[in-house]
Amino acid sequence: MAKARTQTIGAVRRTFSPWTDPSATPLIRFENVVKSFGAFTAVNHVSLDIYEREFFALLGPSGCGKTTLMRMLAGFEEPTEGRITLAGQDLTGVPPYERPVNMMFQSYALFPHMSVADNIAFGPKQAGMGKGEIAARVEEMLALVKLESFAKRKPHQLSGGQRQRVALARAVANRPKVLLLDEPLGALDKKLREETQFELMDLQQSLGMTFLIVTHDQEEAMTVADRIAVMNHGVLVQVDPPATIYEQPATKYVADFIGDVNIIACKVEGCFGSDLRLATSLTPHPLQVTHSGDQKPGDEVWLAIRPEKMRISLDAPDAAAGNCFEGEIWDIGYLGDLSVYHVELPCGTRIKVSQPNLSRVVERPITWEDKVYVTFTPHAGVVLSR
Amino acid sequence: MALPGSRGIGRRLVIAVPFFWLLLLFVVPFLIVLKISLSQDVIAQPPYTPLLDLSQGWAGLKDFFSQLNFDNYGYVLDWNNEFLNAYGSSLIIAGVSTLLLLLVGYPIAYGMARAPRSIQPTLVMMVILPFWTSFLIRVYAWIGILSQDGLLNQALTALGIIDTPLEILNTDLAVYIGIVYSYLPFMVLPLYSALEKMDGTLLEAAEDLGCPPMKAFWLVTFPLSLPGVAAGALLCFIPAVGEFVIPDLLGGSDTLMIGKSLWTEFTVNRSWTASSAVAVLLLIVLVVPIVIYQNIQARQLEAGK
Repeated sequence: MAKARTQTIGAVRRTFSPWTDPSATPLIRFENVVKSFGAFTAVNHVSLDIYEREFFALLGPSGCGKTTLMRMLAGFEEPTEGRITLAGQDLTGVPPYERPVNMMFQSYALFPHMSVADNIAFGPKQAGMGKGEIAARVEEMLALVKLESFAKRKPHQLSGGQRQRVALARAVANRPKVLLLDEPLGALDKKLREETQFELMDLQQSLGMTFLIVTHDQEEAMTVADRIAVMNHGVLVQVDPPATIYEQPATKYVADFIGDVNIIACKVEGCFGSDLRLATSLTPHPLQVTHSGDQKPGDEVWLAIRPEKMRISLDAPDAAAGNCFEGEIWDIGYLGDLSVYHVELPCGTRIKVSQPNLSRVVERPITWEDKVYVTFTPHAGVVLSR
Repeated sequence: MALPGSRGIGRRLVIAVPFFWLLLLFVVPFLIVLKISLSQDVIAQPPYTPLLDLSQGWAGLKDFFSQLNFDNYGYVLDWNNEFLNAYGSSLIIAGVSTLLLLLVGYPIAYGMARAPRSIQPTLVMMVILPFWTSFLIRVYAWIGILSQDGLLNQALTALGIIDTPLEILNTDLAVYIGIVYSYLPFMVLPLYSALEKMDGTLLEAAEDLGCPPMKAFWLVTFPLSLPGVAAGALLCFIPAVGEFVIPDLLGGSDTLMIGKSLWTEFTVNRSWTASSAVAVLLLIVLVVPIVIYQNIQARQLEAGK
């Protein structure tokens, strides 16, 4: 049964990409939205479309405007400029209690004087549902978050994980068009957080709801979201599915914010079809990289290359192996599943290379102060112009 | 082994201090009053029959129990003697005053709790400020405001709102004004401390779940401020029941309050025994709300765990 459900979800997720379909109508539209607090601009001309049933993540450092953007959708803040529409309806001036949007708060904001059941029943009661209907809805929600036996408890009698689930049940009890999640897993420990991420995805699929999550945890965003919007200083830097964000970052900022990366300043020496030849101070030999941009010789660019996309070895590679840096091991981070090597190049720059620890016994492991060769293919890195 | 023991003694000593204080300044005086209330009036110094003569040893103690006399309670509880009316009227005046205090104090406390953090200490200071002047002087000042040719009547006449001066002084209304004015800080401060602690996101959550702000106040803010309401109400109600100065200075001859009756019994009728009985009964009447308050507090402590 569980297996069958997972497969449907897999099938849905595999083909789900309404943002690529020009005929699809977005559920939520932020149209040129600006929000200023006095002289401070928290959100600066943001235009963003979110589609029905999408699990959308707003990702960025604290103070980047992601929470403000979400609070504007919930109705707690009004945009200074621009407008937000939900299913075609302009939300300007619509108070929070009339929006078909519910929020799960970072602090959970459970009503301390009400039992778990009363907390969950709060929304349906406000919506004017009948007594029997409310009781049935509460039961259904309790079953959804597996807290059936806790209905009569008060929030202070629950563990952090249980409170988180009550908050979730309360937020979806009114069947909102959109569920907003403000750092929903921030208070949980790592193991529970990872489990809950997958539960959230299952829940989103089974409810068929649109989820908008705000987080500063990039792993969380990558795990749960169909698309991620990376924000910085109130501006959307990139909006793409997780794999694109990781493998095709639009800017140095995105490349650096998501995961580990080496960013190497280069100058374009020449363009040969889809290949670029880049000169860098890190090595006397020019680098060959594949790129489909419109760089001209002489342009200043950056090569962003992930540590796991490079190979490290003690033996000199063949001339045909492609790009190569020579250096010395400066530091090693042994993480169990992989090791991260900090390699110091002759010019003094250090680059990070990671290598999976595939076998338990390595005859001659790479160790401190070893002379090593770091190689990578023309496809390994991304050329960024900003 | 010695360490936990000595720590135990230290802890007991610390707890003993307030207990000793209560014993010395509450329990002992109360027992004296209780004893006097069970004696009989005599023209002597002191003006009541001695009950307990410990110099007589065991016989004295036996005498004490055989001489216990409840006549004073019979006198106080006699319908013909106005005391029951005074108790009733005191409870009503204190109850109505407490309600008025709640109505006036709640918006003030709410406003203070919602004010910018930086000015909240100033607002608290302003609530406490009247305490810097003697209570008696402040009540006297109300005579100047409320009397026939007082400031209030002068102002209302000058504004053309009234032709003939209002009779406020020496009525129950003046007593209510006096009590509400004097006890307001005792209502505002506990309410403020309850409201100020409240998490603002709870109101956002209520609104988010479809509840308009006014309704959210009654469903979330008010229930969560109930401990403050209870504390403020008891802090005002209990002393207001026994209030003497305000009804004496602002009230009329027909304002009946138990504090005034007690004073009359003690000074005019010179009956220490009957006035002691009045005091003991008053305490019993007030113990009920105190026990209720204790219960609420205990439950809160439970909830806080």
